[in-house]
Amino acid sequence: MNIDELRDVAEKVREEAAKCSHCLRVCTAAGCQSSGAGAVVEGLKAAVGDNPQVQVKSVGCMGLCSGGPLVEVESREGGSKVMYQKVTPGDASEIVESLGGRPVERLVCPTDIPFFASQQKIVLENSGVIDPEEIDDYIAADGYQALVTSLTEMQPDDVLREVTRSGLRGRGGGGYPTGLKWSTVAKMPAEQKFVVCNADEGDPGAFMDRGVLESDPHRVLEGMAIAAYAVGASRGYIYIRAEYPLAIERLKTAIRQAGRRRLLGLNICETRFSFDVEIRLGAGAFVCGEETALMASVEGLRGQPRPRPPYPAQEGLWGYPTLINNVETFGNVPSIIRHGGEWFAGIGTENSKGTKIFALAGRIQHTGLIEVPMGIPLREIVHTIGGGIPEGRTFKAVQTGGPSGGCIPESHLDVSVDYDNLRQVGSIMGSGGMIVMDDTSSMVDVARYFMDFCASESCGKCVPCRVGTHEMHGLLDKIARGQGTAADLALLEELCEVVQATSLCGLGQTAPNPVLSTLRYFRHEYEQLLRPSDDEKPASGGQVVTEAKS
Amino acid sequence: MTIKVTKPAPPSDDKRWKLVDVTMRRNGYYGHALIETLHSVQDAFGYLDDVAMQYVAQSLGLPLSRVYGVATFYHLFTLKPMGKHTCVVCTGTACYIKGAGQLLDAIYDRFGVRVGETTPDKQLSVMGARCLGACGLAPAAVLDGAWLANQRPEQLVKRIEEVINDEH
Repeated sequence: MNIDELRDVAEKVREEAAKCSHCLRVCTAAGCQSSGAGAVVEGLKAAVGDNPQVQVKSVGCMGLCSGGPLVEVESREGGSKVMYQKVTPGDASEIVESLGGRPVERLVCPTDIPFFASQQKIVLENSGVIDPEEIDDYIAADGYQALVTSLTEMQPDDVLREVTRSGLRGRGGGGYPTGLKWSTVAKMPAEQKFVVCNADEGDPGAFMDRGVLESDPHRVLEGMAIAAYAVGASRGYIYIRAEYPLAIERLKTAIRQAGRRRLLGLNICETRFSFDVEIRLGAGAFVCGEETALMASVEGLRGQPRPRPPYPAQEGLWGYPTLINNVETFGNVPSIIRHGGEWFAGIGTENSKGTKIFALAGRIQHTGLIEVPMGIPLREIVHTIGGGIPEGRTFKAVQTGGPSGGCIPESHLDVSVDYDNLRQVGSIMGSGGMIVMDDTSSMVDVARYFMDFCASESCGKCVPCRVGTHEMHGLLDKIARGQGTAADLALLEELCEVVQATSLCGLGQTAPNPVLSTLRYFRHEYEQLLRPSDDEKPASGGQVVTEAKS
Repeated sequence: MTIKVTKPAPPSDDKRWKLVDVTMRRNGYYGHALIETLHSVQDAFGYLDDVAMQYVAQSLGLPLSRVYGVATFYHLFTLKPMGKHTCVVCTGTACYIKGAGQLLDAIYDRFGVRVGETTPDKQLSVMGARCLGACGLAPAAVLDGAWLANQRPEQLVKRIEEVINDEH
């Protein structure tokens, strides 16, 4: 395929679409599907019958999961769009009959609310617009242009320069500069190199990668292929959670279609560049999100991390240099190549460029996926885009970064969201999960929940993490049940420091974060639960046992 | 000199072993396809028993300890047969905040099983999931592969009862 053939395909799809007067798009990502979007598609197709003027399309995530199933009606004349929420198959005929006339008022979901209006979409630009199971739809949305341009008009060095210039940082949570990572792999002299896409989205409360893969899988494949060209790799793996069956299915379809169009496989675009992608399934281990554990799992071993260096960029899969990036990172690449690094660098803040996808969930009005420019105040995300706290309750904290992150209270809500600011207030950017809590949530309980998670997900390789998380969970449980003393709290804080400083990998090093951040902002909640220690109790004639121990 | 290794015959003439063989063949019988192979065993048989692990170990030329180690390391693999129906309750952060614990308590009160357990009559297995990625629908559960969104305890218990009673 060359750029002209690509344009031909795009032209054909657009001509086909122009023949219809209306396009009905139904979100069939996992969120809407579980509230019955599949039946809605069937219902709409039946109601449309063989009318060639109306097209019914299954598309990816439209973002507002709490309103699912979502249907968007676009009329070609004038290009007006109406979104419907909580659609049932029974509404299908009414929607179809309303085409060309007044929309069905009772189902309308206003799209001028900040939830939609305040977003800026790069990675999600095609989500909810194109059919994720149709490669031609992606091509019609300028897809694979970046890959073809890179291969035919750019040298690998030019690609590296664009990515470096864009200032893109790893979206998996670490925030390592992507250009630097790519350059390191590119510089390694090796006959074999690998590109790995980390889609092992293990953080509870995060579903950004799932959203991208279910809505626009080709974008990730294109990003991976461009990366492979830039660093000189010929094989790629996508390591994805087995818990995401729909995303896996759509990825498989996408790989097959791209292979058939010769956009993956041998001699892409009649150049000497070849690239194959294979899917590897995870099996439910959070630690496999850590890059060295992930590689062990791809090799069919237990997912246990190893010390770094050597970094995967030097010695990765089977000892070869390996580039590992997150789904969202790869998803940014085609846009960067298409519009240039300068354009991307113009979005966001000085040290955090571009946009970030967040998964909004918990006690908040609008739950779903959003993509916003870096630097947006946290308050705007929670209260404006998210619509605030429902049921008249008050905001207490927002948890970012999953089990490695922390809770941010009201007093820091005005912080602007970027990698460095969030770290300063005791949390991390993480992969993008945001769980909002109201005044009914106990912070000690939240800390205990995350510690339980870390203790059961600890791989068991190093002692500080294996034993430390278990002990910390025991202490938190004791405090939460009202059995803890001031000495227990002191021991908990000491353990936090030890585990943080001495664990082997990121899981253990960050496991104390939820405890530390809740202690920092909600210490009174811990203290309220403490019972007086035994030696503070009025003496009842017994010996003080603690002294005998020392 | 090449060493010719003959592949072991399947443990029984159960047709489902063919599915497992296909997975191994597609991956060239490489040891690094172990997780893929175990997935296909579990998809076909519902769990991994000793016979299956021995067969996989021999076919891929791996020590049994390695297969057992991997099978027990990952949460998704189970070495015990599951009940006829499975209910997965998501215990991710969003679901936790919105009451996944109450769902599990209600299931325990009605059926007497906690996460990871199966009722004595082998009708129902209850599992917890770390996060199903459906946080917009919290609290969520998956009953026999069907998604249930925004669940209330009594609603979920009723749904499970219906599924079990449908069989009789």
